Amino acid sequence: MKTRKRSNAPIFWGLFGAGGMLAGLFGPMLVFITGIAVPLGLLLPANTMSYAKMLAFAQNFVGKAFIFAVIAFMLWHAGHRIFHSLHELGIHGGFIGKLICYGGPLLATVISAVVLLGLGF
Amino acid sequence: MSKRKPYVRSMDGWWKKNPYYVEYMIHEGTALFVAAYAITLLVGLVRLGQGEAAWNGWLEALKSPLSLVCHLVFLIAIAYHAFTWFKLFPLTMPPIMVNGKRLEPGVVIGSGWTAAIVAALALLGLVWRIAA
Amino acid sequence: MSESQKVIEIEVLRYLPESDAAPHSEIYKVPFSDDMSVLQGAQYIKDNLDGSLTFRWSCRMAICGSCGMMINGIPKLSCETFIRDYYPNRITIEALANFPIEKDLVTDLSGFIEKLEAIQPYIIPKEPRTLEQGEYLQTPEQFNAYIQFTSCINCTLCYAACPQVGLNPDFIGPAAIALAHRYNMDSRDGGTAQRMELLASEDGVYNCSAVGYCSEVCPKHVDPGNAVNINKIEAAKDYFLRFLSPKGGSK
Repeated sequence: MKTRKRSNAPIFWGLFGAGGMLAGLFGPMLVFITGIAVPLGLLLPANTMSYAKMLAFAQNFVGKAFIFAVIAFMLWHAGHRIFHSLHELGIHGGFIGKLICYGGPLLATVISAVVLLGLGF
Repeated sequence: MSKRKPYVRSMDGWWKKNPYYVEYMIHEGTALFVAAYAITLLVGLVRLGQGEAAWNGWLEALKSPLSLVCHLVFLIAIAYHAFTWFKLFPLTMPPIMVNGKRLEPGVVIGSGWTAAIVAALALLGLVWRIAA
Repeated sequence: MSESQKVIEIEVLRYLPESDAAPHSEIYKVPFSDDMSVLQGAQYIKDNLDGSLTFRWSCRMAICGSCGMMINGIPKLSCETFIRDYYPNRITIEALANFPIEKDLVTDLSGFIEKLEAIQPYIIPKEPRTLEQGEYLQTPEQFNAYIQFTSCINCTLCYAACPQVGLNPDFIGPAAIALAHRYNMDSRDGGTAQRMELLASEDGVYNCSAVGYCSEVCPKHVDPGNAVNINKIEAAKDYFLRFLSPKGGSK
Protein backbone atom coordinates (compact mmCIF):
# COMPACT_ATOMS: atom_id res chain seq x y z
CA MET A 1 0.00 0.00 0.00
CA LYS A 2 1.12 3.55 -0.64
CA THR A 3 2.90 5.43 2.11
CA ARG A 4 1.32 8.57 3.54
CA LYS A 5 4.57 9.72 5.11
CA ARG A 6 5.10 13.40 4.28
CA SER A 7 7.88 13.93 1.78
CA ASN A 8 10.71 16.37 2.53
CA ALA A 9 11.11 16.95 -1.18
CA PRO A 10 9.78 20.55 -1.05
CA ILE A 11 13.09 21.78 0.39
CA PHE A 12 15.21 20.24 -2.34
CA TRP A 13 12.66 20.91 -5.05
CA GLY A 14 12.60 24.57 -4.03
CA LEU A 15 16.39 24.78 -4.21
CA PHE A 16 16.30 22.93 -7.55
CA GLY A 17 13.77 25.40 -8.92
CA ALA A 18 15.70 28.47 -7.75
CA GLY A 19 18.90 27.10 -9.26
CA GLY A 20 17.19 26.21 -12.50
CA MET A 21 15.79 29.71 -12.83
CA LEU A 22 19.18 31.34 -12.09
CA ALA A 23 20.94 29.00 -14.49
CA GLY A 24 18.31 29.69 -17.12
CA LEU A 25 18.43 33.46 -16.83
CA PHE A 26 22.14 34.05 -16.17
CA GLY A 27 23.92 30.78 -16.92
CA PRO A 28 24.70 31.14 -20.61
CA MET A 29 25.96 34.73 -20.34
CA LEU A 30 28.01 33.95 -17.24
CA VAL A 31 29.71 31.06 -19.04
CA PHE A 32 30.34 33.31 -22.03
CA ILE A 33 31.80 36.12 -19.94
CA THR A 34 33.94 34.16 -17.52
CA GLY A 35 34.92 31.27 -19.76
CA ILE A 36 35.18 32.72 -23.25
CA ALA A 37 34.98 36.50 -23.53
CA VAL A 38 37.35 37.54 -20.74
CA PRO A 39 39.98 34.82 -21.33
CA LEU A 40 40.04 35.63 -25.06
CA GLY A 41 39.74 39.38 -24.58
CA LEU A 42 36.52 39.48 -26.64
CA LEU A 43 34.00 42.33 -26.29
CA LEU A 44 35.05 43.12 -22.72
CA PRO A 45 38.10 44.99 -21.43
CA ALA A 46 41.10 42.78 -20.59
CA ASN A 47 40.97 43.71 -16.90
CA THR A 48 37.25 42.88 -16.45
CA MET A 49 38.05 40.14 -13.96
CA SER A 50 41.22 41.60 -12.47
CA TYR A 51 41.92 40.80 -8.84
CA ALA A 52 41.17 44.37 -7.80
CA LYS A 53 37.83 44.46 -9.58
CA MET A 54 36.74 40.99 -8.49
CA LEU A 55 37.72 41.68 -4.90
CA ALA A 56 35.73 44.90 -4.93
CA PHE A 57 32.76 43.02 -6.41
CA ALA A 58 33.02 40.27 -3.82
CA GLN A 59 33.32 42.77 -1.00
CA ASN A 60 30.19 44.56 -2.18
CA PHE A 61 27.01 43.29 -0.53
CA VAL A 62 25.16 42.80 -3.81
CA GLY A 63 28.23 41.20 -5.39
CA LYS A 64 28.56 38.80 -2.46
CA ALA A 65 24.90 37.84 -2.72
CA PHE A 66 25.18 37.30 -6.50
CA ILE A 67 28.30 35.13 -6.30
CA PHE A 68 26.83 33.10 -3.42
CA ALA A 69 23.48 32.64 -5.14
CA VAL A 70 24.95 31.60 -8.47
CA ILE A 71 27.35 29.01 -7.04
CA ALA A 72 25.10 27.59 -4.32
CA PHE A 73 21.78 27.45 -6.14
CA MET A 74 23.26 26.07 -9.37
CA LEU A 75 24.85 23.25 -7.39
CA TRP A 76 21.65 22.47 -5.45
CA HIS A 77 19.81 22.43 -8.78
CA ALA A 78 22.36 20.14 -10.41
CA GLY A 79 22.68 17.78 -7.43
CA HIS A 80 18.91 17.21 -7.22
CA ARG A 81 18.59 16.65 -10.94
CA ILE A 82 21.59 14.33 -11.15
CA PHE A 83 20.37 12.24 -8.18
CA HIS A 84 17.01 11.73 -9.88
CA SER A 85 18.57 11.08 -13.29
CA LEU A 86 20.68 8.32 -11.76
CA HIS A 87 17.50 6.80 -10.35
CA GLU A 88 15.96 6.95 -13.82
CA LEU A 89 18.99 5.16 -15.25
CA GLY A 90 18.46 2.40 -12.71
CA ILE A 91 21.36 3.52 -10.54
CA HIS A 92 20.09 3.79 -7.01
CA GLY A 93 22.34 6.37 -5.35
CA GLY A 94 21.54 5.39 -1.81
CA PHE A 95 23.53 7.05 0.93
CA ILE A 96 26.64 7.69 -1.18
CA GLY A 97 24.49 9.20 -3.91
CA LYS A 98 22.83 11.55 -1.46
CA LEU A 99 26.18 12.40 0.10
CA ILE A 100 27.52 13.53 -3.28
CA CYS A 101 24.37 15.08 -4.72
CA TYR A 102 23.19 16.91 -1.61
CA GLY A 103 26.23 16.85 0.64
CA GLY A 104 28.30 18.30 -2.18
CA PRO A 105 26.11 21.40 -2.66
CA LEU A 106 25.93 21.78 1.12
CA LEU A 107 29.72 21.77 1.36
CA ALA A 108 29.95 24.23 -1.53
CA THR A 109 27.39 26.48 0.15
CA VAL A 110 29.41 26.52 3.36
CA ILE A 111 32.73 27.07 1.57
CA SER A 112 31.27 29.93 -0.49
CA ALA A 113 29.82 31.59 2.59
CA VAL A 114 33.05 31.26 4.53
CA VAL A 115 35.21 32.61 1.68
CA LEU A 116 32.83 35.46 0.88
CA LEU A 117 32.48 36.52 4.50
CA GLY A 118 36.24 36.16 4.93
CA LEU A 119 36.83 38.65 2.11
CA GLY A 120 35.17 41.30 4.24
CA PHE A 121 33.04 44.24 3.20
CA MET B 1 -7.67 -21.42 -7.04
CA SER B 2 -6.76 -18.35 -9.10
CA LYS B 3 -5.01 -18.88 -12.44
CA ARG B 4 -3.80 -15.24 -12.44
CA LYS B 5 -0.07 -14.68 -12.90
CA PRO B 6 0.44 -10.99 -13.68
CA TYR B 7 3.69 -10.34 -15.55
CA VAL B 8 5.75 -7.27 -14.62
CA ARG B 9 7.90 -5.98 -17.47
CA SER B 10 11.42 -4.67 -16.87
CA MET B 11 12.15 -0.93 -16.85
CA ASP B 12 15.66 -1.52 -18.25
CA GLY B 13 16.51 0.93 -21.00
CA TRP B 14 13.04 2.49 -20.87
CA TRP B 15 14.28 5.88 -21.97
CA LYS B 16 15.94 4.59 -25.13
CA LYS B 17 12.66 3.34 -26.56
CA ASN B 18 11.03 6.69 -27.36
CA PRO B 19 12.56 9.90 -28.78
CA TYR B 20 10.50 11.92 -26.28
CA TYR B 21 12.29 10.19 -23.43
CA VAL B 22 15.71 10.52 -25.11
CA GLU B 23 15.25 14.30 -25.31
CA TYR B 24 14.10 14.28 -21.65
CA MET B 25 17.30 12.51 -20.57
CA ILE B 26 19.37 14.99 -22.59
CA HIS B 27 17.84 18.06 -20.98
CA GLU B 28 18.11 16.43 -17.56
CA GLY B 29 21.74 15.70 -18.41
CA THR B 30 22.53 19.41 -18.79
CA ALA B 31 22.70 19.38 -14.97
CA LEU B 32 26.13 17.74 -15.21
CA PHE B 33 27.43 20.80 -17.04
CA VAL B 34 25.67 23.23 -14.69
CA ALA B 35 27.47 21.44 -11.86
CA ALA B 36 30.82 21.50 -13.65
CA TYR B 37 30.57 25.22 -14.31
CA ALA B 38 29.43 26.01 -10.77
CA ILE B 39 32.40 24.03 -9.43
CA THR B 40 34.69 25.99 -11.75
CA LEU B 41 33.32 29.21 -10.24
CA LEU B 42 33.68 27.79 -6.74
CA VAL B 43 37.34 27.06 -7.39
CA GLY B 44 37.69 30.62 -8.63
CA LEU B 45 36.06 31.96 -5.48
CA VAL B 46 38.42 29.94 -3.30
CA ARG B 47 41.38 31.26 -5.33
CA LEU B 48 40.06 34.80 -4.87
CA GLY B 49 40.07 34.17 -1.14
CA GLN B 50 43.67 32.98 -1.32
CA GLY B 51 44.96 36.27 -2.70
CA GLU B 52 46.09 37.92 -5.93
CA ALA B 53 48.63 35.32 -7.01
CA ALA B 54 46.17 32.45 -6.62
CA TRP B 55 43.46 34.42 -8.40
CA ASN B 56 45.71 35.25 -11.33
CA GLY B 57 46.64 31.57 -11.57
CA TRP B 58 42.97 30.72 -11.96
CA LEU B 59 42.53 33.46 -14.58
CA GLU B 60 45.50 32.07 -16.54
CA ALA B 61 44.04 28.56 -16.39
CA LEU B 62 40.85 29.91 -17.98
CA LYS B 63 42.88 30.87 -21.03
CA SER B 64 44.09 27.32 -21.70
CA PRO B 65 42.67 25.53 -24.78
CA LEU B 66 41.18 22.85 -22.53
CA SER B 67 39.33 25.46 -20.49
CA LEU B 68 38.09 27.25 -23.60
CA VAL B 69 36.76 24.03 -25.13
CA CYS B 70 35.13 23.05 -21.83
CA HIS B 71 33.44 26.40 -21.53
CA LEU B 72 32.18 26.17 -25.09
CA VAL B 73 30.62 22.83 -24.16
CA PHE B 74 29.24 24.37 -20.92
CA LEU B 75 27.78 27.21 -22.98
CA ILE B 76 25.93 24.88 -25.35
CA ALA B 77 24.69 22.67 -22.52
CA ILE B 78 23.58 25.53 -20.25
CA ALA B 79 21.94 27.32 -23.18
CA TYR B 80 20.03 24.11 -23.88
CA HIS B 81 19.09 23.99 -20.19
CA ALA B 82 17.70 27.52 -20.45
CA PHE B 83 15.87 26.75 -23.70
CA THR B 84 14.16 23.65 -22.28
CA TRP B 85 13.57 25.16 -18.83
CA PHE B 86 11.33 27.87 -20.26
CA LYS B 87 9.83 25.49 -22.84
CA LEU B 88 8.52 23.46 -19.90
CA PHE B 89 6.73 26.44 -18.29
CA PRO B 90 3.27 25.56 -19.67
CA LEU B 91 3.71 22.21 -17.92
CA THR B 92 5.35 23.37 -14.69
CA MET B 93 3.70 26.73 -14.05
CA PRO B 94 0.15 27.47 -12.89
CA PRO B 95 -2.02 29.09 -15.58
CA ILE B 96 -1.46 32.84 -15.85
CA MET B 97 -4.69 34.77 -16.30
CA VAL B 98 -4.76 38.09 -18.14
CA ASN B 99 -8.10 39.88 -18.54
CA GLY B 100 -9.92 36.71 -17.49
CA LYS B 101 -8.25 34.60 -20.18
CA ARG B 102 -5.47 32.10 -19.79
CA LEU B 103 -2.18 33.02 -21.49
CA GLU B 104 -1.42 30.74 -24.45
CA PRO B 105 1.51 28.31 -24.05
CA GLY B 106 3.40 30.02 -26.87
CA VAL B 107 3.14 33.38 -25.09
CA VAL B 108 4.33 31.89 -21.79
CA ILE B 109 7.33 30.24 -23.41
CA GLY B 110 8.16 33.28 -25.52
CA SER B 111 8.05 35.46 -22.43
CA GLY B 112 10.42 33.13 -20.64
CA TRP B 113 12.92 33.08 -23.49
CA THR B 114 12.63 36.87 -23.80
CA ALA B 115 13.31 37.27 -20.08
CA ALA B 116 16.39 35.07 -20.46
CA ILE B 117 17.69 37.14 -23.37
CA VAL B 118 16.99 40.39 -21.55
CA ALA B 119 18.72 39.07 -18.41
CA ALA B 120 21.73 37.97 -20.45
CA LEU B 121 22.07 41.34 -22.16
CA ALA B 122 21.52 43.19 -18.88
CA LEU B 123 24.27 41.13 -17.29
CA LEU B 124 26.62 41.80 -20.18
CA GLY B 125 25.81 45.51 -20.04
CA LEU B 126 26.35 45.63 -16.29
CA VAL B 127 29.69 43.84 -16.49
CA TRP B 128 30.79 46.10 -19.34
CA ARG B 129 29.89 49.19 -17.28
CA ILE B 130 31.69 47.93 -14.17
CA ALA B 131 34.75 46.86 -16.14
CA ALA B 132 35.14 50.12 -18.00
CA MET C 1 -11.87 -4.31 -61.87
CA SER C 2 -11.47 -4.88 -58.09
CA GLU C 3 -8.69 -3.31 -56.00
CA SER C 4 -6.36 -5.87 -54.48
CA GLN C 5 -6.90 -6.40 -50.75
CA LYS C 6 -4.30 -4.64 -48.62
CA VAL C 7 -2.81 -6.71 -45.83
CA ILE C 8 -0.85 -5.37 -42.85
CA GLU C 9 1.26 -7.27 -40.34
CA ILE C 10 0.26 -6.74 -36.73
CA GLU C 11 2.77 -8.01 -34.19
CA VAL C 12 1.12 -8.67 -30.84
CA LEU C 13 2.83 -9.25 -27.51
CA ARG C 14 0.92 -12.33 -26.35
CA TYR C 15 0.82 -13.62 -22.79
CA LEU C 16 -1.35 -16.45 -21.55
CA PRO C 17 -0.76 -16.76 -17.78
CA GLU C 18 -1.85 -20.40 -17.60
CA SER C 19 0.65 -21.58 -20.20
CA ASP C 20 3.35 -18.93 -20.63
CA ALA C 21 6.35 -18.16 -18.41
CA ALA C 22 6.79 -14.82 -20.18
CA PRO C 23 5.23 -12.76 -22.97
CA HIS C 24 6.23 -13.49 -26.58
CA SER C 25 5.48 -11.89 -29.96
CA GLU C 26 3.17 -13.31 -32.60
CA ILE C 27 2.72 -11.77 -36.04
CA TYR C 28 -0.68 -11.80 -37.72
CA LYS C 29 -1.51 -10.84 -41.31
CA VAL C 30 -4.60 -8.67 -41.20
CA PRO C 31 -6.53 -7.62 -44.31
CA PHE C 32 -7.78 -4.06 -43.85
CA SER C 33 -9.69 -1.20 -45.36
CA ASP C 34 -8.78 2.46 -44.97
CA ASP C 35 -11.44 3.10 -42.36
CA MET C 36 -10.22 0.38 -39.97
CA SER C 37 -8.83 1.19 -36.55
CA VAL C 38 -6.12 -0.83 -34.80
CA LEU C 39 -8.89 -1.98 -32.45
CA GLN C 40 -10.72 -3.42 -35.45
CA GLY C 41 -7.44 -5.07 -36.45
CA ALA C 42 -7.31 -6.78 -33.04
CA GLN C 43 -10.95 -7.76 -33.42
CA TYR C 44 -10.17 -9.29 -36.83
CA ILE C 45 -7.39 -11.36 -35.26
CA LYS C 46 -9.69 -12.57 -32.50
CA ASP C 47 -12.60 -13.30 -34.83
CA ASN C 48 -10.63 -15.02 -37.60
CA LEU C 49 -7.08 -15.96 -36.62
CA ASP C 50 -6.79 -16.61 -32.88
CA GLY C 51 -9.84 -16.54 -30.65
CA SER C 52 -7.69 -16.54 -27.52
CA LEU C 53 -6.48 -12.97 -28.12
CA THR C 54 -7.78 -10.96 -25.16
CA PHE C 55 -8.23 -7.20 -24.96
CA ARG C 56 -10.57 -4.61 -23.45
CA TRP C 57 -12.82 -2.41 -25.57
CA SER C 58 -16.29 -0.94 -25.47
CA CYS C 59 -17.45 2.29 -27.07
CA ARG C 60 -15.03 2.27 -30.05
CA MET C 61 -15.35 6.07 -30.10
CA ALA C 62 -12.64 7.27 -27.69
CA ILE C 63 -14.82 8.02 -24.69
CA CYS C 64 -14.92 4.87 -22.54
CA GLY C 65 -11.14 4.62 -22.07
CA SER C 66 -11.05 0.82 -22.34
CA CYS C 67 -8.99 0.16 -25.47
CA GLY C 68 -5.64 1.75 -24.57
CA MET C 69 -2.55 -0.12 -25.73
CA MET C 70 1.06 0.53 -26.77
CA ILE C 71 1.02 0.98 -30.55
CA ASN C 72 4.56 1.03 -31.95
CA GLY C 73 5.72 1.90 -28.45
CA ILE C 74 3.35 4.83 -27.92
CA PRO C 75 0.32 4.69 -25.61
CA LYS C 76 -2.80 5.28 -27.68
CA LEU C 77 -6.51 4.48 -27.78
CA SER C 78 -6.68 1.75 -30.41
CA CYS C 79 -10.18 2.76 -31.51
CA GLU C 80 -8.93 6.14 -32.71
CA THR C 81 -5.66 4.91 -34.20
CA PHE C 82 -5.89 3.93 -37.85
CA ILE C 83 -4.15 1.11 -39.69
CA ARG C 84 -3.83 3.20 -42.85
CA ASP C 85 -1.43 5.55 -41.00
CA TYR C 86 1.07 2.72 -40.46
CA TYR C 87 0.78 0.75 -43.71
CA PRO C 88 2.95 -0.70 -45.21
CA ASN C 89 5.02 -0.87 -42.00
CA ARG C 90 4.26 -3.45 -39.35
CA ILE C 91 2.17 -2.38 -36.36
CA THR C 92 3.33 -3.70 -33.00
CA ILE C 93 0.84 -3.75 -30.17
CA GLU C 94 1.42 -4.46 -26.51
CA ALA C 95 -0.37 -3.98 -23.20
CA LEU C 96 -0.01 -0.47 -21.76
CA ALA C 97 3.41 0.01 -20.17
CA ASN C 98 4.06 0.35 -16.43
CA PHE C 99 1.22 -2.04 -15.52
CA PRO C 100 1.45 -5.77 -14.82
CA ILE C 101 0.06 -7.78 -17.74
CA GLU C 102 -2.87 -9.99 -16.75
CA LYS C 103 -3.22 -11.53 -20.21
CA ASP C 104 -2.31 -10.35 -23.73
CA LEU C 105 -3.37 -6.69 -23.92
CA VAL C 106 -5.18 -6.65 -20.57
CA THR C 107 -3.43 -4.91 -17.68
CA ASP C 108 -3.95 -5.21 -13.94
CA LEU C 109 -5.70 -1.94 -13.13
CA SER C 110 -6.33 -2.64 -9.45
CA GLY C 111 -3.51 -0.34 -8.30
CA PHE C 112 -4.88 2.47 -10.46
CA ILE C 113 -8.39 2.07 -9.05
CA GLU C 114 -7.01 2.16 -5.50
CA LYS C 115 -5.17 5.39 -6.29
CA LEU C 116 -8.33 7.02 -7.67
CA GLU C 117 -10.26 6.02 -4.56
CA ALA C 118 -7.49 7.18 -2.24
CA ILE C 119 -7.67 10.85 -3.31
CA GLN C 120 -11.35 11.07 -2.33
CA PRO C 121 -12.86 11.84 -5.75
CA TYR C 122 -16.10 13.48 -4.57
CA ILE C 123 -17.24 16.87 -3.34
CA ILE C 124 -16.31 17.25 0.32
CA PRO C 125 -18.56 20.18 1.30
CA LYS C 126 -16.97 23.19 2.99
CA GLU C 127 -19.78 23.16 5.53
CA PRO C 128 -22.91 21.07 6.04
CA ARG C 129 -25.62 22.04 3.56
CA THR C 130 -29.37 21.39 3.61
CA LEU C 131 -31.68 20.73 0.66
CA GLU C 132 -33.52 23.94 1.47
CA GLN C 133 -30.38 25.95 0.65
CA GLY C 134 -30.84 24.84 -2.93
CA GLU C 135 -28.21 24.11 -5.53
CA TYR C 136 -24.68 25.49 -5.51
CA LEU C 137 -24.17 28.45 -7.85
CA GLN C 138 -20.99 28.78 -9.87
CA THR C 139 -19.77 31.64 -12.03
CA PRO C 140 -18.19 30.86 -15.41
CA GLU C 141 -14.78 31.70 -13.86
CA GLN C 142 -15.30 29.19 -11.07
CA PHE C 143 -16.43 26.62 -13.64
CA ASN C 144 -13.39 27.21 -15.85
CA ALA C 145 -11.06 26.70 -12.90
CA TYR C 146 -11.70 22.94 -12.82
CA ILE C 147 -13.67 21.89 -15.90
CA GLN C 148 -10.63 20.83 -17.97
CA PHE C 149 -9.76 18.22 -15.32
CA THR C 150 -13.22 16.64 -15.46
CA SER C 151 -12.53 15.30 -18.94
CA CYS C 152 -10.47 12.33 -17.76
CA ILE C 153 -11.80 9.00 -19.07
CA ASN C 154 -9.50 6.86 -16.88
CA CYS C 155 -7.86 5.33 -19.93
CA THR C 156 -4.47 5.15 -18.11
CA LEU C 157 -2.47 6.22 -21.19
CA CYS C 158 -0.83 8.78 -18.87
CA TYR C 159 0.33 6.02 -16.50
CA ALA C 160 1.79 4.15 -19.46
CA ALA C 161 3.56 7.36 -20.47
CA CYS C 162 4.96 8.21 -17.05
CA PRO C 163 8.35 6.59 -16.37
CA GLN C 164 8.07 7.53 -12.68
CA VAL C 165 5.01 5.26 -12.37
CA GLY C 166 7.12 2.51 -13.91
CA LEU C 167 9.98 3.17 -11.50
CA ASN C 168 7.71 3.58 -8.43
CA PRO C 169 4.48 1.62 -8.87
CA ASP C 170 3.13 3.25 -5.69
CA PHE C 171 3.35 6.76 -7.17
CA ILE C 172 -0.25 7.91 -7.24
CA GLY C 173 0.28 9.13 -10.79
CA PRO C 174 -1.06 11.69 -13.26
CA ALA C 175 -4.77 10.85 -13.54
CA ALA C 176 -5.29 10.46 -9.77
CA ILE C 177 -3.57 13.78 -9.11
CA ALA C 178 -5.52 15.48 -11.90
CA LEU C 179 -8.70 14.12 -10.35
CA ALA C 180 -7.69 15.39 -6.89
CA HIS C 181 -6.96 18.76 -8.50
CA ARG C 182 -10.39 18.70 -10.18
CA TYR C 183 -12.03 18.53 -6.77
CA ASN C 184 -9.62 20.93 -5.06
CA MET C 185 -10.34 23.55 -7.74
CA ASP C 186 -14.12 23.11 -7.59
CA SER C 187 -15.66 25.99 -5.64
CA ARG C 188 -18.19 23.59 -4.11
CA ASP C 189 -15.42 21.55 -2.51
CA GLY C 190 -13.65 22.13 0.82
CA GLY C 191 -11.51 18.98 0.92
CA THR C 192 -8.10 20.31 -0.23
CA ALA C 193 -6.49 19.85 3.21
CA GLN C 194 -7.70 16.26 3.37
CA ARG C 195 -6.34 15.42 -0.05
CA MET C 196 -3.03 17.12 0.69
CA GLU C 197 -1.72 14.29 2.86
CA LEU C 198 -1.54 11.93 -0.10
CA LEU C 199 -0.39 14.58 -2.59
CA ALA C 200 2.43 15.66 -0.25
CA SER C 201 3.43 12.12 0.66
CA GLU C 202 6.44 10.17 -0.56
CA ASP C 203 4.18 8.56 -3.16
CA GLY C 204 2.72 11.91 -4.13
CA VAL C 205 3.47 14.76 -6.48
CA TYR C 206 7.22 14.91 -5.89
CA ASN C 207 7.72 11.63 -7.71
CA CYS C 208 7.07 13.67 -10.84
CA SER C 209 10.15 14.90 -12.68
CA ALA C 210 8.31 16.95 -15.32
CA VAL C 211 8.79 14.55 -18.19
CA GLY C 212 5.48 15.86 -19.54
CA TYR C 213 4.69 12.80 -21.64
CA CYS C 214 1.48 12.20 -19.71
CA SER C 215 -0.03 15.41 -21.06
CA GLU C 216 1.30 14.61 -24.55
CA VAL C 217 -0.57 11.30 -24.77
CA CYS C 218 -3.80 12.28 -23.02
CA PRO C 219 -6.60 11.75 -25.57
CA LYS C 220 -8.87 14.24 -23.78
CA HIS C 221 -6.33 17.07 -23.32
CA VAL C 222 -6.75 17.04 -19.55
CA ASP C 223 -3.11 18.14 -19.08
CA PRO C 224 -2.52 15.98 -15.98
CA GLY C 225 1.14 17.04 -15.98
CA ASN C 226 0.13 20.59 -15.24
CA ALA C 227 -2.15 19.43 -12.40
CA VAL C 228 0.75 17.50 -10.87
CA ASN C 229 3.19 20.39 -11.14
CA ILE C 230 0.74 22.96 -9.79
CA ASN C 231 0.34 20.68 -6.78
CA LYS C 232 4.10 20.64 -6.22
CA ILE C 233 3.72 24.35 -5.46
CA GLU C 234 0.66 23.70 -3.27
CA ALA C 235 2.38 20.88 -1.39
CA ALA C 236 5.45 23.10 -0.88
CA LYS C 237 3.23 25.84 0.54
CA ASP C 238 1.65 23.26 2.82
CA TYR C 239 5.11 22.03 3.87
CA PHE C 240 6.57 25.44 4.72
CA LEU C 241 3.50 27.21 6.03
CA ARG C 242 1.99 24.37 8.05
CA PHE C 243 3.36 25.68 11.32
CA LEU C 244 1.69 29.03 10.80
CA SER C 245 -1.88 27.83 10.67
CA PRO C 246 -3.54 27.10 14.05
CA LYS C 247 -4.45 23.59 12.97
CA GLY C 248 -0.95 22.99 11.58
CA GLY C 249 -2.08 22.53 7.97
CA SER C 250 -2.75 19.01 6.73
CA LYS C 251 -1.47 15.94 8.60
